[in-house]
Amino acid sequence: MNEVPLTHILFVSTALFFIGMYGLFTRRNMITMLMSIELLLNSVNINFVAFNKYLYPDKLDGVFFAVFIITIAAAEAAVAIAIIINLYRSHKSIDVEDAAQLKW
Amino acid sequence: MSASAIIFYAISAFILGAGLLAVTSQKIFRAAIWLLFSLVGIAGLYFWMRVEFIAAVQIIVYVGGIVILIIFSIFLTQESGKEMPKPLLKRTIFSVVAALFGFGFTYNLIDKYGFSTAALKPFNVSVSNIGTQMLSTAEHGYILPFEVVSMLLLASMIGCIVIAMKAPGEKPADEKTVTAESIQDTPVPPVLVIPSVPEQLITEEV
Repeated sequence: MNEVPLTHILFVSTALFFIGMYGLFTRRNMITMLMSIELLLNSVNINFVAFNKYLYPDKLDGVFFAVFIITIAAAEAAVAIAIIINLYRSHKSIDVEDAAQLKW
Repeated sequence: MSASAIIFYAISAFILGAGLLAVTSQKIFRAAIWLLFSLVGIAGLYFWMRVEFIAAVQIIVYVGGIVILIIFSIFLTQESGKEMPKPLLKRTIFSVVAALFGFGFTYNLIDKYGFSTAALKPFNVSVSNIGTQMLSTAEHGYILPFEVVSMLLLASMIGCIVIAMKAPGEKPADEKTVTAESIQDTPVPPVLVIPSVPEQLITEEV
């Protein structure tokens, strides 16, 4: 297993991070933007676990960070979806360009 | 190249391909399903790294919770078969350039750094170790973040209910439903109800 170097795992997580960033830039629909944010959080989780495994195998801190990030991501997704549903109820649209009332 | 390395590269290609399709697919339901595949692939990567606990948590929370929530909200808010409008060409070009530049820059730094992975001890993440350290109050224990995150979950749960709840006065109310609700809520004696109908009739007639 150790013949896969750490940089290859970091390649995967970096690529996934920038894929999520691309999605966050191009999408204008709030649910798809939320999906991009989930991809970003997952790439960070891969980083934490990989660093923990390869650099500090006698500790568990990276695993704990991953667990707490997953927890907070779940809370964040639930709150975001509640806001999206409420916004859809008042605006009949979940496009971010339509939700511009607080802009000016 | 051993079987383990081949499995790693296959899982990585699967994750990246599914993630790329999740952010570029024009149908929102398909994007959600591709996101599901990408998250399952990440759980497979955790299994490959022998971190079974995180992999199980990933499958339970992400695949079983968040993606289902996203699919529910897709069904609640729009027609899922309809194609979303394509992003503007200018925005696509600049996003691709920004993502590629950021990726090249970051990976260049990572590649030049040279991590020292010389002393490799066995990586022991049994669930009992995780549980003992998470609930210990000693120096490297995680009991305080554990409690804080439990309060955060409670607060976000209550917050979600309050945000998504329909306010009682917010309904598009015409006269009939309002009177019906007021009758249902407080049992008004029928003497009060009966005059209200003739009054309306009288005013309309007048």
